[in-house]
Amino acid sequence: MSKTIVIDGKVIPFEDGQTIIQAATAAGVYIPHLCHNPKFTPHGSCKLCTVKVNGRNCSACTFPAAKGQTITNITKELNDDREKITQMLFVEGNHFCPSCEKTGNCNLQAVAYHLGMTDNHFPHFFENREVDASHPDVMIDHNRCIFCTLCVRASQQEDGKNVFAISGRGIEKRLVVNSPSGLLKDSDLDVNDCAAHICPTGAILIKRTGYKVPIGQRIFDHAHIDTVALAAEGASHDE
Amino acid sequence: MSITVYVPCDSSAVSLGANRVADAIAQEAQKRGIEINVVRNGSRGMYWLEPMVEVATDKGRVAYGAVKTSDVASLFDADFLNGGVHALNLGLTEEIPYLKKQQRLTFARVGITDPVSVEDYVAHDGYRGLKNALSYSQADIVKHVTDSGLRGRGGAAFPTGIKWNTVLNTPSEQKYIICNADEGDSGTFSDRMIMEGDPLVLIEGMTIAGIAVGATQGYIYLRIEYPHALEILNAAIANAYAANYLGENIQGSSKTFHLEVRQGAGAYVCGEETALMESLEGKRGLVRFKPPLPAISGLFGKPTVVNNVISLASVPVILDKGGEFYRDFGMGRSRGTLPLQLAGNLKHAGLVELAFGATLREVLYDFGGGSATGKPIRAVQVGGPLGSYLPESQFDTPLDYEAFAAIWAVLGHGGIVAFDETVDLAQMAKYSMEFCVEESCGKCTPCRIGSTRGYEVMDEIVAKRDLDKNIPLLRSLCDTMLNGSLCAMGGMTPYPVLSALNHFPEDFQGR
Repeated sequence: MSKTIVIDGKVIPFEDGQTIIQAATAAGVYIPHLCHNPKFTPHGSCKLCTVKVNGRNCSACTFPAAKGQTITNITKELNDDREKITQMLFVEGNHFCPSCEKTGNCNLQAVAYHLGMTDNHFPHFFENREVDASHPDVMIDHNRCIFCTLCVRASQQEDGKNVFAISGRGIEKRLVVNSPSGLLKDSDLDVNDCAAHICPTGAILIKRTGYKVPIGQRIFDHAHIDTVALAAEGASHDE
Repeated sequence: MSITVYVPCDSSAVSLGANRVADAIAQEAQKRGIEINVVRNGSRGMYWLEPMVEVATDKGRVAYGAVKTSDVASLFDADFLNGGVHALNLGLTEEIPYLKKQQRLTFARVGITDPVSVEDYVAHDGYRGLKNALSYSQADIVKHVTDSGLRGRGGAAFPTGIKWNTVLNTPSEQKYIICNADEGDSGTFSDRMIMEGDPLVLIEGMTIAGIAVGATQGYIYLRIEYPHALEILNAAIANAYAANYLGENIQGSSKTFHLEVRQGAGAYVCGEETALMESLEGKRGLVRFKPPLPAISGLFGKPTVVNNVISLASVPVILDKGGEFYRDFGMGRSRGTLPLQLAGNLKHAGLVELAFGATLREVLYDFGGGSATGKPIRAVQVGGPLGSYLPESQFDTPLDYEAFAAIWAVLGHGGIVAFDETVDLAQMAKYSMEFCVEESCGKCTPCRIGSTRGYEVMDEIVAKRDLDKNIPLLRSLCDTMLNGSLCAMGGMTPYPVLSALNHFPEDFQGR
């Protein structure tokens, strides 16, 4: 008999070495997340994927699946916290969806819709953040960065480069670019790099492509993030 | 024969003028043609009496304090070198009630020996634990620690024996012992006192840990704010190497243990064990997710014991007298002794090592002597900046990990900070949030953003604005921080904030 865990009453098989979110995704169970991407080592920072494992809060993206785990995932309590964490991310940056070219393709926005978030709950920071449009093909709008480090990890683990990093402590943290000037144009980022395409929000964008797909025909205009994520990440697990 | 005079080298005593007093005593003796031997010892932990000078007499040590340089000539006039009568004469040190009523196991030697002298250390029962350990199997050493019931004195209270056992049983060519000496909690100083007053007990504890789990390299991760401790630790380590208590083939046992001190860079969060290891590895002090546990994959990915200074410094007495000796102190699941640090608005601030089980009230009044201002003590924060504020109605709680957990409080590292009735708990709650803003590593969302927003909400509350909206918002922020934070930094900041709000609601109300 294969090893199993239970998530919200559903029995789910797992293999040794799998995290809870890997086992869940493989079994078609969506756990909300932002900094997790099955292609890269987990980071465990956004905390959206917090689930209760035998009564204790754990990040599903980093916690190993193990025999005897009874996990709750979709509960009012957990989703309330997820909503508040999402709201925190919204107020920390400057996310003006209607004027953002990523709208409809944005994981942060889609997660917010999925969780039924209708306001920001917390006061806005209105931090003045910069835009780096120096690179010929790629731009960074720091207003939309949620510090998921997916670009950092993609650059290191997929592209074999080291273009991005996080600098600064606490609320002072910032995405920085590894180049003499600190500008993207002086880094070795290429438009075809995975790191240029991995951003879950509109912080890293490919220039001159923003409105190729009209609003109304974008990824999350017709599907919820749970189905989209399961299709994409489930397939990735199967690779 | 020359008379020995003890003047503490402890940094609190030094900040109160101990170096000047030591110089003045040496000069005065020279002037009078008297031969004396000045030893710079650790502090006895009675800080209101520092600088406290002791003289070795036939009857035992006689204490004088607090001594100012201007008192020195009159001390000589009063023949203090023979225990003479003087206004500052405190009698025999060992008979001072504050000290006599304590149960000093970990701090047994602090103030008695020359901190860096291996000879003195051995003459006062030092290295007996190591000697026993060298004759035991690794599993038996761990068993003594497990039997002692020792739990992590850094604050988390995790059983030390279980941690050691995990490292012992995780195969690896290289293992490490890390001493967490990043004592960043406000109102705490027991680690510093040990490192300055009896560093060899820590060195011995780490050596025993290394032999127990099969680690040949140890690091003391010392906060940069402790320059005196750094100097004393390095001198003690050098002396221990010279006496073959560190290095290769320790005391002819064929066991190896190397030890060095590494300094932090001033981040509170680097007292969190995983951020500490990142920092030791030369990286930014970011918290790692667990598992993997450090005991399995710690420093440089190797099995690592990370223990607090006091935990490690309690090991030698356990190995000397046996796990059962240590276990006989304490109550419930809290075994042994806890060096409490009395600070804040107390008449008699200092170090009090007691078996678990005394009540907070006993400590505050019998030892602390009540508030320094003479006003009633209104609130006490136990366990550092992430510990709860306790109201007077909870002062009868015994000092025991479980009893504190039952009232949603923590013993932590044993820091006790008292406040009189002039304290504004809303201001203190605001400070707690501000502390988290300042010290959050910023990795996880709830701690990074929750604390920043929490500070601003507290700012509103302190100004008594929109309380009907802001107090629920504060609770909501605290909930998310409690439930979602990666480590205790964000996860425990709600303890002081909510305990202040729940126990002292009047401070949060409109005028």
